[in-house]
Amino acid sequence: MAAAATDHQLSAIKGKKVLMVGAGGIGCELLKTLALSGFQDIHIIDMDTIEVSNLNRQFLFRQIHVGQSKAKVARDAVLRFRPKISITPYHANVKDPEFNVDFFKQFHVVLNGLDNLDARRHVNRLCLAADVPLVESGTTGFLGQVTVHVKAKTECYECQPKPAPKTYPVCTITSTPSKFVHCIVWAKDLLFSKLFGDKNQENDLNVRSGDANSSSERSEDVFVRKPDEDIDQYGRRVYDHVFGYNIEMALSNEETWRNRNRPRPIYIRDVPSAALTRQNGNVENTKTADDPLSVSAMVSVGLKNPQEVWSLVENSRIFLEALKLFFSKREQEVGNLSFDKDDQLAVEFVTAAANIRASSFGIPLHSLFEAKGIAGNIVHAVATTNAIIAGLIVIEAIKVLRNDTSNYRMTYCLEHPSRKMLLMPVEPFEPNKNCYVCSETPLLLEINTHRSKLRDIVEKIVKARLGMSLPLVMHGAALLYEVGDDLDEAMVANYSANLDKVLSELPSSVTGGTVLTVEDLQQELSCNINIKHREEFDEEKEPDGMILSGWTQALTTENNKNSPAGGTETLPVGKKRKISESSNASSTSFEEKKEEVAIEYSDIVASNQYIVRKGDNAAWTIVSCHLSRTFLMKI
Amino acid sequence: MKGEELTEQETALYDRQIRVWGVDAQRRLSKSHILVSGLRGTAIEFCKNIVLAGVGSVALNDDRPVTEEALSANFLIPSDGETLVGKTVAEVCSESLKDFNPMVRVSVEKGDISSYGADFFGKFDVVVVCCYSLAAKRMVNEKCRKLSKHVAFYTVDCRDSCGEIFVDLQDYAYTKKKFDETTECQLHYPSFEEAISVPWSSLPKRLSKLYFAMRVIERFEDVENRRYGETSSVDLASVLKLRTELCQANSANESQVPDSLLGRLIAGPSEFPPVCAVIGGILGQEVIKAISGKGDPVKNFFFFDAADGKGVIEDISSNA
Ligand SMILES: [Zn+2]
Repeated sequence: MAAAATDHQLSAIKGKKVLMVGAGGIGCELLKTLALSGFQDIHIIDMDTIEVSNLNRQFLFRQIHVGQSKAKVARDAVLRFRPKISITPYHANVKDPEFNVDFFKQFHVVLNGLDNLDARRHVNRLCLAADVPLVESGTTGFLGQVTVHVKAKTECYECQPKPAPKTYPVCTITSTPSKFVHCIVWAKDLLFSKLFGDKNQENDLNVRSGDANSSSERSEDVFVRKPDEDIDQYGRRVYDHVFGYNIEMALSNEETWRNRNRPRPIYIRDVPSAALTRQNGNVENTKTADDPLSVSAMVSVGLKNPQEVWSLVENSRIFLEALKLFFSKREQEVGNLSFDKDDQLAVEFVTAAANIRASSFGIPLHSLFEAKGIAGNIVHAVATTNAIIAGLIVIEAIKVLRNDTSNYRMTYCLEHPSRKMLLMPVEPFEPNKNCYVCSETPLLLEINTHRSKLRDIVEKIVKARLGMSLPLVMHGAALLYEVGDDLDEAMVANYSANLDKVLSELPSSVTGGTVLTVEDLQQELSCNINIKHREEFDEEKEPDGMILSGWTQALTTENNKNSPAGGTETLPVGKKRKISESSNASSTSFEEKKEEVAIEYSDIVASNQYIVRKGDNAAWTIVSCHLSRTFLMKI
Repeated sequence: MKGEELTEQETALYDRQIRVWGVDAQRRLSKSHILVSGLRGTAIEFCKNIVLAGVGSVALNDDRPVTEEALSANFLIPSDGETLVGKTVAEVCSESLKDFNPMVRVSVEKGDISSYGADFFGKFDVVVVCCYSLAAKRMVNEKCRKLSKHVAFYTVDCRDSCGEIFVDLQDYAYTKKKFDETTECQLHYPSFEEAISVPWSSLPKRLSKLYFAMRVIERFEDVENRRYGETSSVDLASVLKLRTELCQANSANESQVPDSLLGRLIAGPSEFPPVCAVIGGILGQEVIKAISGKGDPVKNFFFFDAADGKGVIEDISSNA
C-alpha cells in the first residue's frame, strides 16, 4: 500500500556519498538538513574561517568560533545531534589540486553552496569530467534558486554565459562619475590602490585625471610621501591633488562638460574645520596593538553610527585621519594592501574618499554601512532563504540518487508570488550544443594578431573569461604556454618570453585562421579557439582589444518587434523551457531580456549573483535572472 | 534616525539581513514576542530562523518528554542522552536556541495552552501552533481574536513530504514596495473556522489538492479521537470513506482529493526534514513580514509538496 514517500527516499540515500562545497549560509543549512534526512557520509570543503557577520544565519557557528575553519566547526556542530554519521571536513580551497577528477569520482552527487562564480565554474568542470551530477544553488535576500546539472541530460552550469562582473568605462570612473558606485570604484580601485597598494600596478588614476599623459610624471610624485614629510602635510597634499587639482584639470576640458554638470573642486582650505579634529581623536586606539584590522578613524574622530551619512567636513576628517593611521599604525602594510571589506580602516577611507568625490560631482552621499556594501559587493543574506534553498537542494539530491530523471527541477524561490507561487519549479534545460565547456564547439576570438601579446590571451581570455586556473595553450603540436610545478627552468623562461611576444611573432605564428587549443589539466577541460584577425577595436566599448564569441545561447531567440519597453525578446515556449505544471494549467510564457539590461539592474550585485531585485516597469515582474537570462513574467 | 539605535553589536551581527530589510524592520523585530507550541521539525526550523533574525523573545511550549520520535527532525536536541532525562522537548530546545543568539530571550511555557484564557495570548505578538488538532487550532485562534491587541496567528502542519501554513492577521495594514513604489495596503483575514467553513464547491477549480486532503485527515483525526499524525496506511479505507462524505456534503468532486495523496499523507508520523526546512523557512519569512509590516504577507494558506516542488499560496475566504 501507500508507503510513506519518505521511506523510498531513505532507501535511496543509504550508502551514498555526497560532497558539499561551501559551509557558509547555504552550507550550514544544507549540512543540517542532509544529516537529519539520513545521509551518512558527507564530505565538505570550505576554505573560509568564521566571521561575526556570518553568525546571523550560519547557525552552526558561535561567537567563540570566530576565526576557526567553517568546515570543521560545522562538522562538530552537526555531530552533536547526529553523532553516528561520518562528516569529513576539508579546510581548503576547492580549486586546490588535491580535489582532482579522481577525488570527485568517489561521490554520487555534488552539492554546491558557494558564493562565487569562479569556484562554481571550477566545480562544474570537475563534475563534468568526473561524470558526477551537480546540484547548484544561490541566494540573495529573499530570492534563491536551485538547479540540477547532469552531464548530457541537462544543461551544465556554464551552458549559458554568465553576466560578467559589472565594469564601467574608464572615463566614467576617472572623469565623469554620475552615480555613487562610480565614486566607490574610483576610491577603491584607483585611489586606495595608488596610495596603499602595489606601486607597480597599472593604475588609471595618474594618467587620466590630469591633462592626459603629460601629467603622469607629475601625478606620480604627488602620491609618494616625500622623505621627512609631515604626515598631516602629506594627507592634505593628496587631498588637494585628487579633490582639487585633478577636478580643476578636468574642468579645463570644456568639451567634457558641454552636456554634464560641472564638478566643483574641493580643497582642504574649503573645509577648514576638517583639519582641526585630532584633539578629539588621538585617543589612543588601545585595541590596535593586537589587531591591525580594528584600527579605526571613526573611533579617533568620534563618529559612531555606521548608518549615518557624514557631512563633507566629517568625510574630510575621516579621509585625513584614515590616511594618517595607515601611515602611522600600519606602515609595514603600505605598498601591499588591497581593499578588503573586513578591513575597517580601508572601508572608512574608501567611504570618505567616495563621499568627497560625490560632493564634487553633486552625487548624493552615502553612509559607511551602504558604502561598505557597495565596495565589498556584500551579498544580502537572510537565514530563511538559505534554509528553504537547502531543503530544495536535498529534495533534488535525493531525486538524483534515485535517478528520477524526469522529475528533476530547477526551482526559483521568489519574493513576490508569481501565479500564486512562491516556490516555482521549472523543467531543466537541455545541454547547449554550443557550450564550450560541455560540448566540443570551438570559440571565436577576434583580435589584432600584430599588436596583442600572448599574455593578453592568457590573462584576459583563458583565465578571466574561460575561468581556467592551470592553463596550457597549444598551437597544433607546439606548446606556447603552460604552468605547473614540474617545469624546468628553461621551459619557464621560454614560456615567460612567449607571454610578451606579439601573437604573429610567436615561434609558431598565431594569425587569422589559426586554431588554438587551450586546456586546463586539473579541470580536464579542453577547448579550441578560432583566431580571427581584426585591426581596430573601440577603446571604450571593447577595452580588452579583443572579442570572444561563439559561446551563444542554446535557443535562437526570435526578435519580437512588438516587445514591451526595454527591448525584450520573446522566446518560443518549447519543449526545452516551460514551467512544470499540471495538464490543466494555462501556460505562461517566459520572456527573456537582453543581458545588458539584466546587468544594469544589478549595479550593486556581485558577480556571484545571477538574480536581480527590481523591475523596470509595472507590467513585468522579474522571476529570475537565470544565468545570463532574465526571466520576466507578465503580471 | 527615529527610535533607539541598534547597538554596535547588533549592527555587526545583523549586517547582512539589515541590508535586506532595513534598520527599522530590525528594530521592530527586536521588540516582538513570539509563542511557538508543538515543537515538531517544522516548528524547530521556524524557531531557528526567528532567533537568528533577532526577535525580542520566543516562548516554547511542548511538554513531551525527549524520546526517539521527538528527535527525528530536531537538530536542537543534542544526543548526549543522560542530561536529557526528565526534561521536556521545550526545555531542551530552549537551551540550544539561547545559544544561537544570546540577544534573544528564550523561555518555556508549560501546560496545554489551548485551555488557557485569552489573556495568556495577549502577551505575544505572534502565536504559532504546529501539528495541532482541528479543535485546538480553532480554540487558540478564537482566543487570539478576542483580544483587543492584534495577535498574528499561524498554524503549520507537515505530513509526509507535504506542508501547510495557515495565516490569520485579522485586519492588517502594511506597506508594499515593488518597482521602487511604496503603496499602503489593507487586508482582511478570515479566522481558521471561517476559512475552513467556506463550501468547497465555491472554491476555484484549480485550488491546491493539498488543501482538501489536509482537511480530510484533520477531520479524520478529530472524529476518531486520534492524536496528530497517529494514522497509518491501515486507515486508508476509513479516510477514503470520510473523503466521500465530505465531498458529498460540499458538492465537490472526489477527484479533488486523490487517493494517492491521502495515502501518502496518512502513511506515518515521520517528518521529511527537507520539507520542514522549506516550510519553516517560508513561515519564518511570513512572521518577519508581519512584524516588520513590510512586504506582501501570505493570504491565507501556503502549500508545499516535495513531489511536484510547487510552493503555492491560496486565498480561502468567503469574500475571496
Ligand atoms: Zn554546458
